[in-house]
Amino acid sequence: MPSGRVSIFVTCIVDQLFPQVGLAMASVLERLGYRVDFPEAQTCCGQPAFNSGYRDEARAVALHFLKVFRDCEYIVVPSGSCTSMIAHHYAELFSEQAKPPALPVWEFSRFLTEVAGVEDVGARFDGVVTYHDSCHALRELHVKDGPRRLLAQVKGLTLREMDAAEECCGFGGTFSVKFPEVSGAMARTKIDSIQRTEAGTVVSIDSSCLMQLQGVISRAGLPIRTMHLAEVLASR
Amino acid sequence: MTSAPIKIKETIADPRLQQAIYTATGRLMSHRAQAIQPALMPEYQELRTRAHEIKRHTIENLDYYLELLESKVTAHGGKVIFCRDAAEVADFVLGLAKERGAKLIVKSKSMTTEEIGLNERVERHQLEAVETDLGEYILQLAHQRPYHIVAPALHMTRYEVADIFTEKLGVKNEVVIENQTKIARSVLREKFLAADIGITGANFLVADSGAVLVVENEGNARLSSSAPKIHIAIAGIEKLIPRAQDLPLFLKLLGRSATGQAMTVYTSFLSGPRRSDEIDGPDEFYVVLLDNGRTKLLANADKRESLYCIRCGACLNHCPVYRKIGGHSYPWIYSGPIGKIITPQFHGVMQDPWLPFASSLCGACAEVCPVKIDIPKLLLQLRSEVVEAKTRGGTAGEERRGFRLFAWLMQRPKLFQFAGRMAARFGPRPAGGKWISKVPGLFNIEPVRNWLSQRDLPPPAPKSFHQLWKERKK
Repeated sequence: MPSGRVSIFVTCIVDQLFPQVGLAMASVLERLGYRVDFPEAQTCCGQPAFNSGYRDEARAVALHFLKVFRDCEYIVVPSGSCTSMIAHHYAELFSEQAKPPALPVWEFSRFLTEVAGVEDVGARFDGVVTYHDSCHALRELHVKDGPRRLLAQVKGLTLREMDAAEECCGFGGTFSVKFPEVSGAMARTKIDSIQRTEAGTVVSIDSSCLMQLQGVISRAGLPIRTMHLAEVLASR
Repeated sequence: MTSAPIKIKETIADPRLQQAIYTATGRLMSHRAQAIQPALMPEYQELRTRAHEIKRHTIENLDYYLELLESKVTAHGGKVIFCRDAAEVADFVLGLAKERGAKLIVKSKSMTTEEIGLNERVERHQLEAVETDLGEYILQLAHQRPYHIVAPALHMTRYEVADIFTEKLGVKNEVVIENQTKIARSVLREKFLAADIGITGANFLVADSGAVLVVENEGNARLSSSAPKIHIAIAGIEKLIPRAQDLPLFLKLLGRSATGQAMTVYTSFLSGPRRSDEIDGPDEFYVVLLDNGRTKLLANADKRESLYCIRCGACLNHCPVYRKIGGHSYPWIYSGPIGKIITPQFHGVMQDPWLPFASSLCGACAEVCPVKIDIPKLLLQLRSEVVEAKTRGGTAGEERRGFRLFAWLMQRPKLFQFAGRMAARFGPRPAGGKWISKVPGLFNIEPVRNWLSQRDLPPPAPKSFHQLWKERKK
């Protein structure tokens, strides 16, 4: 049985916009026997600045993150994108001499399948869902099967793959507001693919993708809802 | 913020064009996926790694291989011409044409000659240059630049081609693709027979063999390189590979990545003019090696892997942005993800500062690149160079202030919480947990306006995770 302490980094977007995702993640971890620690001084990983070309600003935020999360045994994050920022891109912000030590940072689904070693977390969710592969999780962290295996064990849930599962939702951080027409068109292509599955729910491990998709769904008044994987796994 | 071309909006707003791009790139994607499936090609990932390593070795030792190529080409009786830029290439071609009394040039598909606008340059001097690749021929008639590195007329339907042929060639309206090909062929056959000079590009320059390798499906490159008395191959210096024995590796990757073909219909290995005991081939054989800024890229260790590109076009086909904005929205003839990383390096980042930002950083390009160029990483690097250049030039403006504020706030957790809660209290909050469709004046800033132009915005949560966690612990 898993045991020990995990520190959660809920991300700025979950903290301010989707706090239920953070609570769901904490409750799944606790259900598995972990003690959940929430370092209160946490803010953001710095990715918005890094991806926009502001490396000095990103470095300042990264240093804050590194200070808050030093000495943690596990850092679990409900986002592939923020995890990849910390695990891969922090190294690009510092010179060889100033490189921070690698942090034990884990994307939530990967923590469950690889560290906790579980696939059935005892969840129940009645309905047909489709899974959206978020790009950074898929291509930078190689998370693909794990979330699907976790979903497959949820009682009452039917997973139906969409044809464009691996296609970007079009969010891309500031890309979404710098090139709104392109970003919007990409999201609508994705939504078309989701609709073809006739699933009532689209699930992802990144709240930013879901914000983009839900934004388009809401504007079009479509009968689809978006849920973070943690929310599905916390359902009983 | 960014002055991206109006073409982006026009392309997205054109359903016919959207359909054409999406269908054509989708077909290329599925052909590639079929061709590299593990059952057929279990070694695919290993081949990519090897190709990357060979390209790295070659680019790191480019001076050596350039000299080797030159000595081998010369030994075969050919000649190597080094050209610094477009004007030098044009001068060479024009000078040779004048000496030989040449009037007509046939050309097979070459992005390098597109890069230097060779046709326009020679036509100013009463030389006729005819494109003989079907797609390129159509574009030449229509006065358009290539839409795609591999499939230049990817955006055109057969009905548009019919109109172009009727207008330019005076033929009756013909919409059957096979018949359109026949029309082009009958025109082009005459050109091949009458041409004085044939110009091709090169997919690879094989250093140890002194050979130019050209792959194609229509046979026009083979005709261009063998029918006229003079063959000129024009290629960027990065097209080198060390040895003939490296070719199988690169050919396996190129055809499959580009069109899903295990092998293209024609693969021509061209080394030198016709020998005395041969029937076919040109009397004169020239290899023009073009710099045109490539040595500038070579000088930058962080970004020189951009030169590994073998121009397969897979990154374009798989790019969700290219598939929306199409090839003509990009500022240069190199479109798609590879265009986004090489254009700023050739032209300087400030010529089209929006370009590296026109990406969601999804990474599909890097995933399919046969030589494993880390395109997203280079885009991020170029973005930071744009920001640095704008900061130096004092044009970074509000965005710079915005990110300074962001970084300042994110180092002050209590203040960040306070700011978030103020936004939650005073920001718009539609009834019934609905998302925001419009915002009052105070919040109507550009990023919010742009977001709302396409989709709704979530309202800030009534209570942040920080607050809920505190309550939960009690």
